[in-house]
Amino acid sequence: MSRSTRGRRTALTAVGAMTAAAAVLMTAGCSADSGDADGDVTIEFAQWWEPELPEGALRSIMDDFEAANPGITVELISGPYASTKEQLFAGAASGTMPDVVGLDGAWVSDFAKQGAIADLTSLMNEQGMDDSKLASQIQIDGATYMIPVVNFVYPLFVNTDLLSEAGIDQVPSTRTEFETAAKAITDLGSGASGWVLPLSLEAPNGIQNDVMSWNWASGGSMLTDSGQPDVTNADVASTVEYVKSLWDDGVIAAGSFTMKEQDKVEEFTNGRVGMMIDSLSHINLIQENNPDLNFDIAAIPAEDGYDGSRGIPYASWGIGVADGSDHQAEALKLVEYLMSADVNSELSTIANAFPGNVDSTPEFGDGKELFEKAFEIYQSGYPANEFTGLPVSEELMRQFDTELQKYLSGDESVDEMLSTVQDSWTAEF
Amino acid sequence: MSATLPRTPRRIGAARRLEPYAYVAPTAALMIVLMLVPIAMVIGYSFLDNVILNKDPEVVGLDNYIEVITDPVFGTAIANTLVFVTASVAAHLLIGLAFAMMLNSRLLGPRVLAAFRGIFILPWLFTAAIVAVLWRMLLSPNGVVNYLLGALGFGDGTTEWLSDPGLALGSVTFINIWSGYPFFMISLLAGLQGIPADLYEAAKVDGAGPIQRFWNVTIPQLKPIIISMALLDFIWTSQQFALIWMTTGGGPIVATEMLSTYTYKLAFAKYEFALASTSAVLILLLSMVLAVLYVRHQRARD
Repeated sequence: MSRSTRGRRTALTAVGAMTAAAAVLMTAGCSADSGDADGDVTIEFAQWWEPELPEGALRSIMDDFEAANPGITVELISGPYASTKEQLFAGAASGTMPDVVGLDGAWVSDFAKQGAIADLTSLMNEQGMDDSKLASQIQIDGATYMIPVVNFVYPLFVNTDLLSEAGIDQVPSTRTEFETAAKAITDLGSGASGWVLPLSLEAPNGIQNDVMSWNWASGGSMLTDSGQPDVTNADVASTVEYVKSLWDDGVIAAGSFTMKEQDKVEEFTNGRVGMMIDSLSHINLIQENNPDLNFDIAAIPAEDGYDGSRGIPYASWGIGVADGSDHQAEALKLVEYLMSADVNSELSTIANAFPGNVDSTPEFGDGKELFEKAFEIYQSGYPANEFTGLPVSEELMRQFDTELQKYLSGDESVDEMLSTVQDSWTAEF
Repeated sequence: MSATLPRTPRRIGAARRLEPYAYVAPTAALMIVLMLVPIAMVIGYSFLDNVILNKDPEVVGLDNYIEVITDPVFGTAIANTLVFVTASVAAHLLIGLAFAMMLNSRLLGPRVLAAFRGIFILPWLFTAAIVAVLWRMLLSPNGVVNYLLGALGFGDGTTEWLSDPGLALGSVTFINIWSGYPFFMISLLAGLQGIPADLYEAAKVDGAGPIQRFWNVTIPQLKPIIISMALLDFIWTSQQFALIWMTTGGGPIVATEMLSTYTYKLAFAKYEFALASTSAVLILLLSMVLAVLYVRHQRARD
């Protein structure tokens, strides 16, 4: 055989081997078992919490867990909320979800239907976890899929300087008082608006936090008793009509239709709006960015004459276990640990949130007066978020948002708006 | 005398014939795994009922196609995409050509030209996320643009550029034009620099003025670049997603809904992966028309 023929053959073999290797690498999933020969187990915990907590805080809780549970190592997979969401949806579709997952109530129904997250009711029974101290559990068809670890409430934030400048000496408690205050602030002519309403279609959670919250604050609902859509009821109609009246009064900050939550917080922080409904978790951010801003928080105003208990919107850092996890027992241990009274108190304190364990209490103290006040508001009302656990809840908000934008623009009546939403929601359910 | 038997000519011939295929095998494997398989899967998904979420999807024939094509929002998305893409490509070409000619001018010194080259190319260096954040801030009702317009006496300084359904499509198109013209400019500048000076001199001798030289020398010389760039830009711009999503999210209402945002919402907001695949296949078919035009143009050039 000539040298050139042999060389060519070697090249052919090498090329063939490379092709085979490339194909194998690309087509085979890398499914490494995270257990090792010593019986030590590594569990992955994907969440968006770590970046939102003080640096090292969540890792230190994990270190304590590892010390208390020798043989279990926790690997944190952390990212911002949006990328965590995308990662989890991709993982759910491909069956490669991390063992423990941070969950938003809006995703639970979809993950549960997909079979991506485990039925915690049976898992807790199997592993003997006591669930009597859990403040709430998010269930689908009678089985728990998510446990809220901590809850963030959405009270009304008020710029007290603008309010007193406008001659209003009391934080509004009813819709009429709110409208009067919003008009007075807008009429100051300083360029500040009374209220801010983010309706971006990219992140339509303004429907939950800034629109439907008015309904819940007056004891209203958007669902029937059996959990089906009921957006044509008088309470929802009165809510959107009220928002429209504020819109027509010109008291809502410009740019609503593409405004996002972070824009809303920025407008308030810079003193360009007098009032907003926002997460308590933003208190630190507002104080850091504008230490001179004087603001207060209050319960969301209710309909005039309403004296019942007020629903206050909330968002949770929920937790669940992947259905495909090889280490569900260890994963549940981490869930149990985070839900234990002391750890839950610690986490709620550092996150400026309310605990998911009924025996836990967040620590109040200097600089946490607003936090303490919010806790009172929270305890005097009830947590309300009817979007939690609904199918494609973000899409439901987006459909509501699109129709609300048409209604506010004068393209359709309130009845047309609500019946369109009712039809599209019913189709999704 | 050698004891080795000579290989038959037929075997050698077969090996020789297979050899080129072996060399292209790695690339072919990559293309199959990364392109053909996903495309085939998406086409397959478009004929099933809700795949991924549904563990045992059934074949539904053309139902998904009928549903997507009869959805009025899909029609709006096609119309918006056409307006957005056509305006963007035309403006990219005009602005790119104007700036390229300016940078090719001999009236300015090399340092001034270098400075302008740097300034003009800046928008192209920003990623879509930066461009979106930048223009959201500039075009905010409290932003710099409104302030400047108000100060100059144009408007009352409260224009909602991105939130007004009547202005949003124009605004996102403007942002896309701003961020995309440098690519045209650079390519056309390279083309301009490659035009032989003697063509202009000959035209001058024949008595051609600057406008005639532009139409009869510059444009014919740049024509191959212009056509290639326009076709490529048409394909790229029709796929623009990040900029639209991060500035308006397809809103207000459906004012800036594009084929890309429409498909994204089907997949990641409604989790209707079969419908999203259907929409993607329809976009693929539309893009293929452009791709065929591009390939034919390239072949004609060769």
